[in-house]
Amino acid sequence: MDRIATVVLTLIAALIIGTLIGLLGFILTQGWHKLNLDFLTSPPDIVNAGGGIGPQLFNSFYLLVLTMLIALPLGIGAGIYMAEYAPDNKFTQFIRMSIEVLSSLPSIVVGLFGLLVFVNMTGWGYTLFSGALALTVFNLPLLVRVTEDALRNVPRSQKEASLALGITKWRTIVSVILPAALPGILTGAILASGRVFGEAAALLFTAGMSSPNLNFADFSLNSPTSPLNPFRPAETLAVHIWKVNSEGLTPDARDVADGAAAVLIIAVLLFNLSARWFGTWVYKKMTSGSN
Amino acid sequence: MSVISVRELNLFYGNKQALYHINLDVEPNSITALIGPSGCGKSTFLRTLNRMNDSVPNTKITGVVKVFDEDIYSSSVEVERLRKNIGMVFQHPNPFPKSIYDNVTYGPRLHGMMDRHKLDEIVENSLKAAALWDEVKDVLKKPATGLSGGQQQRLCIARALAVQPQVILMDEPTSALDPISTAKIEELLEELKDTYTIVIVTHNMQQAARISDKTAFFLNGELVEFDQTPTIFQNPRDKRTEDYITGRFG
Repeated sequence: MDRIATVVLTLIAALIIGTLIGLLGFILTQGWHKLNLDFLTSPPDIVNAGGGIGPQLFNSFYLLVLTMLIALPLGIGAGIYMAEYAPDNKFTQFIRMSIEVLSSLPSIVVGLFGLLVFVNMTGWGYTLFSGALALTVFNLPLLVRVTEDALRNVPRSQKEASLALGITKWRTIVSVILPAALPGILTGAILASGRVFGEAAALLFTAGMSSPNLNFADFSLNSPTSPLNPFRPAETLAVHIWKVNSEGLTPDARDVADGAAAVLIIAVLLFNLSARWFGTWVYKKMTSGSN
Repeated sequence: MSVISVRELNLFYGNKQALYHINLDVEPNSITALIGPSGCGKSTFLRTLNRMNDSVPNTKITGVVKVFDEDIYSSSVEVERLRKNIGMVFQHPNPFPKSIYDNVTYGPRLHGMMDRHKLDEIVENSLKAAALWDEVKDVLKKPATGLSGGQQQRLCIARALAVQPQVILMDEPTSALDPISTAKIEELLEELKDTYTIVIVTHNMQQAARISDKTAFFLNGELVEFDQTPTIFQNPRDKRTEDYITGRFG
């Protein structure tokens, strides 16, 4: 019986690893030949072959930055509240349930909500900013959860040591608890970044499916062709893959999609690996005697 | 005049009463030991003296606790000022994951001291007072977590001293340490007594007998007997005290 269980469980583990390696291998081998500087930097072509993914790649990173600028303060703030201030009562349970429901919403539903609120009601149209807000809704539960868990994992003795010195609760949180929880929070933030980077459904109707011809010499925040303008439509890499695959007109549409998929998967992998590496690095940095 | 004066103190966790009618006075520059079996309320009592029980939900307190003649549970008392004046050392050494230097300066810096020279001075004085200076003076920038358990506990004492308290509460400070480290801390307490008033919880009766001036024996949330330490150990009035110190239970 024990032997059978061991064999079955090992097979399941092998199946998981096999699927992952197969998937990665397939996507990477399919897209490998497209990975060159020209493909990564040039704009897409609507009719002819040879278009690149430059603006989409830029949009993905810019959207990531915008989303994190909004989502991180909200998520960390809410996490601090849940871990340190929320009293143990019905209301707190209600908040916790709301966070759970929010985290289980399908991303296409979040996208449609974004279309309704951040695109139509605000009158902005398809913009980067609408996309960032939709992705904030999408990632907030994860960030709150990660922050709360990281704060709760800080030993109680650390908190008491500071309180016993006559330090206020808030300053104890800022100078002892948050630094100790930082590696965990960072890991969560980087994992959330991976989700933002790879998200398509929530962006179709918020950040839009087109990108203006970006002028990378124009840094004004309100020019329609400026890459930094947050109130312009911005098709991201993941959305581009979906669009090229479903309605691409160019003869090399399949090639472009393969290449973009490879770039996307490499980026998401990098986020995940760097999350682990960065978390341990920060932890070491924080705990050794830096001054 | 007594430094700490407790009258008719009752403490409840929800519906469960943890302390019953405690009356106790602590004299300046003395060591008062709180002894008793596990769960007798001695640590709970210690934590009422600097209001560390505040953060435990559903705690209710009746009676009066006065420190330097001020009722510390009156609504006008600022709990941060109270705790600055009453330092605490815990059962397990709990240095911050920072350097030795930063551990000692943590309190003073957060209370607004920015002067580099003054901070250096505080570090040296506090570490000397905690009998740790000679061992760490060349590695002040090294992480505190690299120190031995006994050194960490003396660092925690130095950290508490750095904010210049008048009273130091200690919650079984040597129970996690080896005998040599324990002896060092006991020796240290004798010296600290000249400057500070010390209240120490210990489940080690020999320790109480060795270092304390007065001993309080707690049992099931009651203060059974409180007297000069030699009296408690050689001539206790209460049968329960005698049973406990002769090892019949606990």
